[in-house]
Order: sequence, then C-alpha cells, then structure tokens
Amino acid sequence: MNSLDTSPAQPTARPNTLRQQPDARGHFGQFGGRFVAETLMPLILDLEREYRAAQADPAFQAEFDDLLEHYVGRPSPLYYAERLTEALRASAEPGMGPQVWFKRDELNHTGAHKINNCIGQILLARRMGKTRIIAETGAGQHGVATATVCARFGLPCVIYMGARDIERQQPNVFRMKLLGAEVRAVSSGAATLKDAMNEGLRDWVANVHDTFYIIGTAAGPHPYPELVRDFQSVIGREARAQMLERTGRLPDVLVAAIGGGSNAIGLFHPFLDDADVAMLGVEAAGEGLDAKHAASLAGGFPGVLHGNKTYLLQDEDGQIAEAHSISAGLDYPGIGPEHAWLRDIGRVEYTAVTDTEALDAFQLLCRTEGIIPALEPSHAIAAVARKAREMRQDQVILANLCGRGDKDIFTVAHALGVAI
Amino acid sequence: MSRLSAAFGNDRAALVAFVTAGDGDTPAILDALVAGGADVIELGMPFTDPMADGPAIQAANIRSLAAGTTTADILLIAKGFRDRHPQVPLVLMGYANPMLRRGGGWFAEQAAAAGVDGVICVDIPPEEDDQLGPALRSAGIDPIRLATPTTDAARLPQVLNGASGFIYYVSVAGITGLQQAAQSSIEDAVARLKAATDIPVAVGFGVRTPDQAAAIARVADGVVVGSAIVELVAGHGPDAPAAVRTYVTSLADAIASARKEPA
Repeated sequence: MNSLDTSPAQPTARPNTLRQQPDARGHFGQFGGRFVAETLMPLILDLEREYRAAQADPAFQAEFDDLLEHYVGRPSPLYYAERLTEALRASAEPGMGPQVWFKRDELNHTGAHKINNCIGQILLARRMGKTRIIAETGAGQHGVATATVCARFGLPCVIYMGARDIERQQPNVFRMKLLGAEVRAVSSGAATLKDAMNEGLRDWVANVHDTFYIIGTAAGPHPYPELVRDFQSVIGREARAQMLERTGRLPDVLVAAIGGGSNAIGLFHPFLDDADVAMLGVEAAGEGLDAKHAASLAGGFPGVLHGNKTYLLQDEDGQIAEAHSISAGLDYPGIGPEHAWLRDIGRVEYTAVTDTEALDAFQLLCRTEGIIPALEPSHAIAAVARKAREMRQDQVILANLCGRGDKDIFTVAHALGVAI
Repeated sequence: MSRLSAAFGNDRAALVAFVTAGDGDTPAILDALVAGGADVIELGMPFTDPMADGPAIQAANIRSLAAGTTTADILLIAKGFRDRHPQVPLVLMGYANPMLRRGGGWFAEQAAAAGVDGVICVDIPPEEDDQLGPALRSAGIDPIRLATPTTDAARLPQVLNGASGFIYYVSVAGITGLQQAAQSSIEDAVARLKAATDIPVAVGFGVRTPDQAAAIARVADGVVVGSAIVELVAGHGPDAPAAVRTYVTSLADAIASARKEPA
C-alpha cells in the first residue's frame, strides 16, 4: 500500500456552516493569519487567550450587553424607508422596486457602528490589565468612538490619524480632543488610514507592556478580524430578529458599505447560513475603477499588510497603492480577510460605487427620508438604488445605515461647490 | 560550510551591516561596507509600509521607491554583489508582501540564483512559516528568525524550530534606529538564546557607536548596524560610500579588539 494515500479525500464542498471561521490559526481559507513582527506575536497570542476566556465568561457578555443597551442605545431601530422605496419604484420598471429597510446604526451614541467594537475591546483591555489605549482612525469615527470609551473608563488614549484626514475631518478631530484623547498627525506615505495604522503598530511594538491597540475594523492580525466581527455582529443579530418580528420573513438582500468591512461583516455574519438571503458588499470606486479608487476586491490582488493576508491594492512588485475615496472611512487599500474569503467562495457579492454616485445617494436620502447619512453608508444607499431596479416589489432589501453625516457636511459642501 | 557559517566562525563577533537597496548608489555602498570590514551584508528591500522601522529606514524606503526601485533591480544588485564578492554572505531583509507577490517559490528561486544566502522577513512569524520558509529551504536559503525581548522561554523553541543561518536578536521592543538596550539586558538575552541553540546569535536595533558594538561583540556572535549606516547614506549623497567605509571601519576595529568572552 502506498503510504502517501492514507489521508481521507479532502472535501471540496463548502463547510456546513459559514459561521465558524476562522480556523485555529486565524485563517479564513487562504486569508487572514498573523503576519506581525516577533515582538508583537506573544501579545497577539495573549489577546487570543484572553478573548477565549472572555467568550466563556457570562459576566463579560453581561457587561458588554449592558453597556450596549444603556450607553450606546441599542438595539438600534429597524426602519422601513417608505418614501425612498416610492422614489426608487417611480424610476423602476413596472412591478419592480423592493421595500427598502435600514438598520439605523447611525443612531448609536457617537453616531456610527464603531462604538460597538470599542466597547468590546476596551472591556478586553481592562481584563488584560492594560492601562493605555491606542487606535488609528480614517474618517475619525473610530477615533471618536475609541476616545469615548477611554473617557468612559478613564484610560489615556492616543489616536493616530493621517494628516490629510485631519484636514478633511476637523469636526471629529475636535470631538476626540474634547473627549480627552491625544490626536497624533501622521504625515508619512499618503497621510491617510493605512499610514495611521502603520504608526499605530509602531507605537504598539514600543509599548507592548502596557498598551492595548483598539483596531477599528475587522482586519489586522488574528484574533482581531474575529473579535471585531463578533462585537459588530450585534447589528446582524438585532436586524435578523427585528425583521422576523416586523415582517415574519428574512430580507432578500443585505447591503453594506466596505472600507475594512466591520459594519458589513457585522450585518452579514448572523445571516451567512440563511441560504435565501443574498448579500452585497459595496466598495468605494472613488473616481472610477479605471482611475483612483479604494476597491481592493475589484482592483486588488491577495497580499499581506497590517497583519493579515487579504486583497490589497498593490503594484506588480507588491508595493501598496494609495487608495482614494471621497469617504475617509473607506479610503483604505485593503479589506478584512473574511470578506476576501466570502468573495472567493461566492457567498457574498461585491460591487463598487463612485464618489459621484455616493454623493447623489447622500442627497437622495436627505430629501426622501430626512436622514443625513455619512458618506460611507451613502455608498450602500447608491448600491441599493442600483439593485432596486432588478428586484420585485414584493422583495425586501435591507441596508446598514452605519453612520450619520454630520461629520461630512463640509466635504459634501465642497464637492457640491457650496461655500459654508 | 555555508558563507554564513564561515562568517560567524571566527574568534571575534561578525559585523552585520544593513543598507536599503536602491537608496543611493547601492553597489558602491555595498563595496564600501565590505572594504570597511563588514562580515555579513543585509540588503533591505524597500516597502511602502515598513511598519517595524523607525524614521531613518522609513525615509530610506521612500527615497528608494521614489527613485523607481523594483524587485528586479534589487535582485540585480544582489547578483552584482555576489559576482564582485564571492565569499561575503548576503541576506535580504524586508516585508512579506514584496517577497510573496509572485509567490514564495518564485522569490526563493530568484534570490538563490542571485547568490543570496539568507532571508529575514519581518512580518512572517514562525506561525506563518509555510508562506515562505519551505520555499527558502528548498532553494538552499537560510530563513533567519527574529527573537525579541518579548519572546519568552515558552515561545523560544517555536522561534528556533526551522531557524538557520543566525538568530537576529532584536534587543529592544520597538522600531529600528531609536533607543538602545541596556547592556545587561542584552547579555541576559544572549545567554538565554545561546543556552537554547547552537545557531549564531547576532544582536541589533539601536547600535550606533563603536563602543556599543564592542560591548555586544564580547557576548554575541554578531553585531547588526542599520539605521546609522542608512543615515550616512542619506546625509552624504554621492560621498556616501567614503563616509560609510570610514564609519564601518571604526565599528569593525572596535569589534576586532573585543575578544569574545568564553561561553
């Protein structure tokens, strides 16, 4: 007998459940993993051990749930956008145009979904006895959420933010300072989110003994993609229960914008095993996929950056390209590794929306629903408008309204040629 | 005996000198390193996002990439070095993405063909060894592992398992080129490593002066100097090779006068 032939045939089909990733090494298929310098490895392993202990500790979950309810304001509403639905039906073929529903995560304390994850991570930081918090931020939403939980728990906080993002997100910079955070400008590279993340990693490696790095998206070295997803999955769990309660059915399509992908994975993950629920992730196509953009699935290749293997915008030598989006929160050349895997196995469809389309959707939602969305979910709304043309009226599309737009009014005014 | 084993086989510590490929006239600077007495050359592969590096090497990466340096250019620099210096070991140091872009197998074969002896990949820890380690080993290249002040006794065997060439002890928890570690902490760490492995141990991060190099040379098998050389390259433009040679000579002399203490 040939001794090489003793292993059982490898299954080629999908796993029975799509909700038990990653594997023990933190891999989602070929993606994810722990690509960090040796100095950080012991810390990453510690974090994983501590997270496993927290998952098994009912007191941890109870404290998390309590803070989400009484501090963040959860559950967030599930809202039927009747006037937007009518507007989209008016421009669709007869019989087309689904019901549009929103998960209202822009109503959370601090105005975006980011706070869900920050609450979870700061509880982990306290469990680990860490006394100093660092974070990176792009649009400033994660920075504000981190500064908020640091104020709430009395921990000093340093936020790394690209110099260019500081310029275009002044209101959030001031918010972080009001909350007691130190905002450090990062001018290396393109001076945006990826450079802020590099600087966060440099700080962390020099301060491993007392510092906890609150990563803002479902990316980075294992276990970050998993734990950020778990903390954000409250979005999808609530939405699934609310939709069943309100309509007695599940939505036909879920839609969410993707930078790193934390709000999207938070919405999608609890539905992954619902085979009849389709999902659409929306990347930022910036000035167009043939020009400057931030769509790493549409225009990237697998590679390694910031601790994980995933799709990256890069050149043929593996040098990382500068991303572009009108939305600072989507302006990142990578994407969370679970999205990379979900795209490769075909469970989630991904599309991209340009700056111009997002601006149109931003204004459409303002006028039809009286909601000023952030530029990030404006990308999702644009994709909803596009998708609505091919869906029947008896179908339901649910998008995550992951942030409110107050922070973006200056950017939008500038783009529309209005002086304020 | 491999070139790396030979370089660490003397009764004095080896001087390991780092420079970023494509930052200045790299072939001339490499020749100056050898002429000054460097025993092992680390050739840095520039990357857009060098998150383990301090300001000096970050800036060198940016200068090199702005000058248009490609992976093919780096391999040519390595090949040219090998032709001019058949005996001096050459190690490529860099980040995972440029090394894996065309596949780990492609990179290992190209590096071997260019005469490269070892590869240090900053962001591939032992846990992800299968991304590049097997390809390097089958191409006859030593995968050089990093140990740090946070690598505790429980973890050390994992770091050593699969390591060859030398162990690079990163003496400070931090980024390149900034602080220097206390001599006593370096001595403790080297003793711990040498008790666990026969592979030579080189110590780096924050080493700048001949005195520091000599102090490390008394206890370790190698002394790594990087940012200080890269700063000379940045500051001296076309005169960099001469400045680098003078500086490296001062390090090599100090190391030669510091006999290794018996283990």
